[in-house]
Amino acid sequence: MKIKTILAAGAMSVAAIAANNAQAGAVLDGIKAKGFVQCGVNTGLPGFSAANAEGKWEGIDVDVCRGIAAALLGDANKVQYTPLTAAQRFTALQSGEIDILSRNTTATLTRDVKLGLTFLGINYYDGQGFLIPKALGVSSATELDGATVCVEPGTTTELNLADYFRAKGMSFEPVVIENINEATAAFFSGRCDVYTTDASGLASIRTTMAPNPDDYVILPEIISKEPLGPAVAQGDEQWADIGRWALAAMIEAEEYGVTSANVDEMKSSTNPGIQRLLGVSPGMGEALGLDEEWAYRIIKQVGNYGESYEKNVTAKLGVERGLNALWTDGGLQYAWPVR
Amino acid sequence: MSKTQNAPGGVRSKTVVDYLNDENVRAILYQIIAIGLVILAGWYLVSNTLVNLERQNISTGYGFLDLEASFEISESMVQYSAQSSYATALLVGLLNTVKVSLLGIILCTIIGTIFGIARLSSNWIVRKLATVYVETFRNIPVLLQLFFWYAVIPNAFPHPRDAFEPLPGVLLTSRGMYMPVPVADNAYTLMGIAAIIAIVAIFFIKKWAKKRQDETGQPFPMFLVGTGIFVGLVFLAYLIGGAPTDMDMPELKGFNIRGGYNISPEFLAVLIGLTVYTSTYVAEVVRSGIQAVPNGQWEAADSLGIKRSVALRKVILPQSMRVAIPPLTNQYLNLTKNSSLAVAVGYPDLVSVSNTTMNQTGQAIEAISIFMSIYLGLSLLTSLFMNWFNKKMALVER
Repeated sequence: MKIKTILAAGAMSVAAIAANNAQAGAVLDGIKAKGFVQCGVNTGLPGFSAANAEGKWEGIDVDVCRGIAAALLGDANKVQYTPLTAAQRFTALQSGEIDILSRNTTATLTRDVKLGLTFLGINYYDGQGFLIPKALGVSSATELDGATVCVEPGTTTELNLADYFRAKGMSFEPVVIENINEATAAFFSGRCDVYTTDASGLASIRTTMAPNPDDYVILPEIISKEPLGPAVAQGDEQWADIGRWALAAMIEAEEYGVTSANVDEMKSSTNPGIQRLLGVSPGMGEALGLDEEWAYRIIKQVGNYGESYEKNVTAKLGVERGLNALWTDGGLQYAWPVR
Repeated sequence: MSKTQNAPGGVRSKTVVDYLNDENVRAILYQIIAIGLVILAGWYLVSNTLVNLERQNISTGYGFLDLEASFEISESMVQYSAQSSYATALLVGLLNTVKVSLLGIILCTIIGTIFGIARLSSNWIVRKLATVYVETFRNIPVLLQLFFWYAVIPNAFPHPRDAFEPLPGVLLTSRGMYMPVPVADNAYTLMGIAAIIAIVAIFFIKKWAKKRQDETGQPFPMFLVGTGIFVGLVFLAYLIGGAPTDMDMPELKGFNIRGGYNISPEFLAVLIGLTVYTSTYVAEVVRSGIQAVPNGQWEAADSLGIKRSVALRKVILPQSMRVAIPPLTNQYLNLTKNSSLAVAVGYPDLVSVSNTTMNQTGQAIEAISIFMSIYLGLSLLTSLFMNWFNKKMALVER
């Protein structure tokens, strides 16, 4: 009798695991069931994702997750954050430990295809640069032959660096440290001549981590394209759609001039595009499997793309919009139309 | 009397139940079930993983090893550049791991033995200093010690531009230590051959000396003679080779010091951290090994008029070895395994290179399986060697 009970229990638990596995593709169901979005972010990159003095996460990467939570769960605060190093991030996403990776990640062919990721769009157009101490007296990256370079492993940065020096016929010595705090500490202690990462990251490191920011300069050369964006694992298209359009809605809201302050008045706008975006004329929310107020909530609770950028990147790092201005202002941000 | 034995004909063919009640059959049956469960569990995990990878469109397999790595590695014992394959990159990582582990094992044994003996010293200060050393470094996690050394080394020394030069040609900088190395010359090959000849000669002289001592009791000044032969032969080879004096001197060129031999701060941090940490355990092993030798052995040596230092070397240490070798093996294995923490301070060991490979290719399971099996192999090799050594020592003891 007893043995039979144990066997039955065993069989049931195996069946339960199997069933759980079969549904693992339904990320969306998982999020609805647990009531929050598990968002993978940087361990600490001010402007993109960093915990503030009260321990709350802030940054434009964080705002993407908050926007999605507002659209899907009705509350931008229903997000839990998993800080990840560059080397950990893809495994965390592939294994389902996080629902979405929003961690200044460059979209590339290999990552999209071989790692089984789906990039949802680009929330920051960036490029790789070099940060050096002024005292070196170097004014161009072409003078860096023989330099020692600090770099984080598992990044496109590491590859671009090797490509750039190879193309220019120069040599360098890499110092590869995984943790960004250890890596920057090594740079500021003089272990390396140069620190390299995306230009936005350099600005962040220079203004927030350097002992004296004025002693350091960012060289003018940008040696790569780094389109940074949020990504999800392949296998749950509806979840990917919600993420993709939450980001698009933030950018489109800026195009229409809808902000967190005026979103209520904008509901009575006669512009059919705004009416569609804010759910006054229905259809968009239903198509996504959400209610019609999804985009309204994103803008009300998180703000449009421009607000997020101002609040996080311009205010904290002093980096202007540049490539990230709207296409109408000569930048690259151009949202797919919500219609 | 049971019914079975009274059955007509005396012999009854065994039924399934009889087999199941047989102790031997049962024993085998249980083993089969146990192995079956293990295989089933393994199969469940593997097939699940494959299905999940397939569903997420993640490619699998070891084909990536032939692809171009396209990242640079700072220190390498073999030819490596960004154009080399991932397989070469992993080999570079493996060799770096072996280098730091081997040196660490040798150094921690020497330092640990000294401190282990010092803990038993009759001198109060020496004894207490050794105790403080052991208790301090044994009780701080090794990862923190690595961070500590890595924070100290680049900050303690000046920038290459104003390098500190304690000896001519030896430069201490925040980028590590630079030493002059002789420019390659045939004389050095000759010296290597001379060294091998000297070692062989010393081996035979030692055998002869031991035999003579066993027969006549006359001791032979082996250390002096051995050193003399070695230094003499090697120096002779150097003179025959034309006594080359060209040195590759480290010099400041552009951003960095070029030339000479460089020991990086990352390597130093890992080596010092691992050596210091493990040497405290070795010290304890040595101390307990010595204390395990009965006091009567000391007294016996004393009564034969053997000097205390000689008694320690010839009577006590050989006997304590038998007790010390198995736990020592453990410490060597720990050191090798702890060397994987090198990734935290940027030393390009096997884990560091594997991590990068894993990220650039996305082949997490494959990369982890490679470095896990390599560590397993290294550890098994170490314990095989130590088991052989242990057996050898045990035989000598009898």
